[in-house]
Amino acid sequence: MSGHSSYNPTNPVAKWLDSRLPIMRFSKEHLMDFPTPKNLNYWWTFGAILAFMLVVQIATGIVLAMSYTPDAALAFDSVENIRRNVNYGRIIQATHAVGASMFFVAVYVHIGRGLYYGSYKEPREVLWILGVLIFVLMMATAFMGYVLPWGQMSFWAATVITNIFSAIPIIGDPLLQLLRGGFAVDNPTLKRFFSLHYLLPFVIAAVVALHIWALHVPGNNNPVGVEVKSSHDTVPFHPYITMKDLLAIVLFLIPFAWFVFFAPDILGHPDNYKPANPLITPAHIVPEWYFLPFYAILRAIDFDMWFISAKLGGVIFFGGSILVLFFVPWLDGSKTRSGTFRPLFKPFYWLFIFNFFLLTYLGAQLAVEPYSTLSKISTAYYFGYFLIILPIVSRIETPNPLPASISESVLGKGGS
Amino acid sequence: MNRMSRFFKSVLLAVGFGISSAMLVVPASSVVIIDAELQDWSFAGIFGRYDKNQLQRGFQVFQQSCAACHGAKQISFRNLSEEGGPSFSESQVKALAAEYIIIDAELEDGERAATPADRWPEPFPTLRDARAANSGAFPPDFSLLAKARGITQRFPAWALNYFTAYQEGGTDYIYNLLVNFTDAPEDYDVPAGQYWNAYYGSTLAMASPLFDGMIDYEGDEFPETTEQYALDVAAFMMWMAEPGLNSRKQMGFQVLIFLFVLAGMMVMVKRKIWSDVKH
Repeated sequence: MSGHSSYNPTNPVAKWLDSRLPIMRFSKEHLMDFPTPKNLNYWWTFGAILAFMLVVQIATGIVLAMSYTPDAALAFDSVENIRRNVNYGRIIQATHAVGASMFFVAVYVHIGRGLYYGSYKEPREVLWILGVLIFVLMMATAFMGYVLPWGQMSFWAATVITNIFSAIPIIGDPLLQLLRGGFAVDNPTLKRFFSLHYLLPFVIAAVVALHIWALHVPGNNNPVGVEVKSSHDTVPFHPYITMKDLLAIVLFLIPFAWFVFFAPDILGHPDNYKPANPLITPAHIVPEWYFLPFYAILRAIDFDMWFISAKLGGVIFFGGSILVLFFVPWLDGSKTRSGTFRPLFKPFYWLFIFNFFLLTYLGAQLAVEPYSTLSKISTAYYFGYFLIILPIVSRIETPNPLPASISESVLGKGGS
Repeated sequence: MNRMSRFFKSVLLAVGFGISSAMLVVPASSVVIIDAELQDWSFAGIFGRYDKNQLQRGFQVFQQSCAACHGAKQISFRNLSEEGGPSFSESQVKALAAEYIIIDAELEDGERAATPADRWPEPFPTLRDARAANSGAFPPDFSLLAKARGITQRFPAWALNYFTAYQEGGTDYIYNLLVNFTDAPEDYDVPAGQYWNAYYGSTLAMASPLFDGMIDYEGDEFPETTEQYALDVAAFMMWMAEPGLNSRKQMGFQVLIFLFVLAGMMVMVKRKIWSDVKH
């Protein structure tokens, strides 16, 4: 979106650099001048919040790694040592642990915003796919990070989740052993998880760069979903969006700090304050809250289907629940992007959001009635929304008339 | 208008979620487990701080009743004189440490008196010894126990915890366990070496470790009862698990006040910048 350039350096050094590495020109065009729809609401600030969270996690993580010991005999105590004896260790550790949760809060809002406003639609399919890829990488990183303190839940989550791979026919068992570095979760598992937990955030950062690149080709979607028609529809990224994003980040820091300083353990599980013990299985193994919806889907398939065992079926649905996101741009055929103008889509969307909360709740419950049946219904709606409702609704729905342009929609709000 | 309706939708969703969750909660177990009686902890809530005197009494209970079997390996003697804890004087801690022996094969005599820099010595040399002395059960280490236990709450109590910052599930669990060593139900066959606990809803390899009057508190201010001992030792265990609580909460206030002021100023700057744009 930056055909014209307003960067005209007069300084000879700047000119010299510009003809060799136009990094100043690039920054000016993409971090300052970039035309951004002026009607973005605060749901759009979560992209910046996520970028900020990635930096927070990498910064705190690098400091933690200076004092953490990835060894099955020492890991648990080394985390306690960080909390008790390292200067500000308890704050840095709590920030990193709570930060993971806040990261997922932000990513779920970000994805939910994309689903409502149709941000995945042409021409932003690649942008969306890269985003889903980041989400998958985040889940892998968070899972491996949770294993590192080597508490009871760390150990048993690692056991249960790696075990998922054994359901894959033929290559399942070798894959499982490769993942664990042995026949059971043990020291080699911890060491490779630490190594990968350190690596993946930088892979995420690289995909984020692509995600932003893919964003800067078509430019932002916006709440009315009408493409930018003229410069009247946009504001320069700086200072308008930078200021708004920074404000949103500071507001986001308030609940973040609340948890870090006043309830650092409330998002975790008490069992993770017991050192890992392969001989004692916790009564109730639960993942971190941000995995609960997908965990509920995994457990919902507790019956055999034809030749597919319940275990493999669970894994297929678990994997499918994330894979399906990659195909959303082609499942939803509606030309109208924004849910605001889609009367039939809207109730199904809000039911999907409710259903996602319900799955989160169900993932934390024991696999007994009525939860088992509810999990099946809830799982069915999750898939039904993407595979049946979105394609059908987009065919039969008559969207409300769209405003001619962003500027017109802004004026239509009666000066609010 | 748009923004408001969206807000109400979110609220409706939250309420709907809450109601449906509440309906889903059904008593899952046929075993009657008594509900934990929640206590007023000095360190609860955002203004909570440890009560130094309570921690000192709790240490006394720990040392005289629990420490024979339970370790506290994350704790060093020096921690006992640190700010935000029981805050014994350094000379008291030095004298206390000197009463303990550290086994060290590198030394000529194979042992030495402990110093404030030493960790709290393990009560048993090996896990096997610990089990042998306790009907096969291993007395768990105390240093993190107050955070490794929790109570089960019904809706909406657990949902409100996120707003009240309730972090005392561990100490409430410990208190309720300690005061509920009662006679087993008539039809319950208690195995040898096991003791019924009404809060646990089953038997433990530990008999009631506390009884009225077993520990002498200085002065008459606090009753020498099982309940008081249980409160004090639970508080002490919370401090062992979270020794930096006081300073953490204090810093939390500074951070939150800073963030609120910064956010307020940023709202004004943002409004000023956007004042010339109709959006």
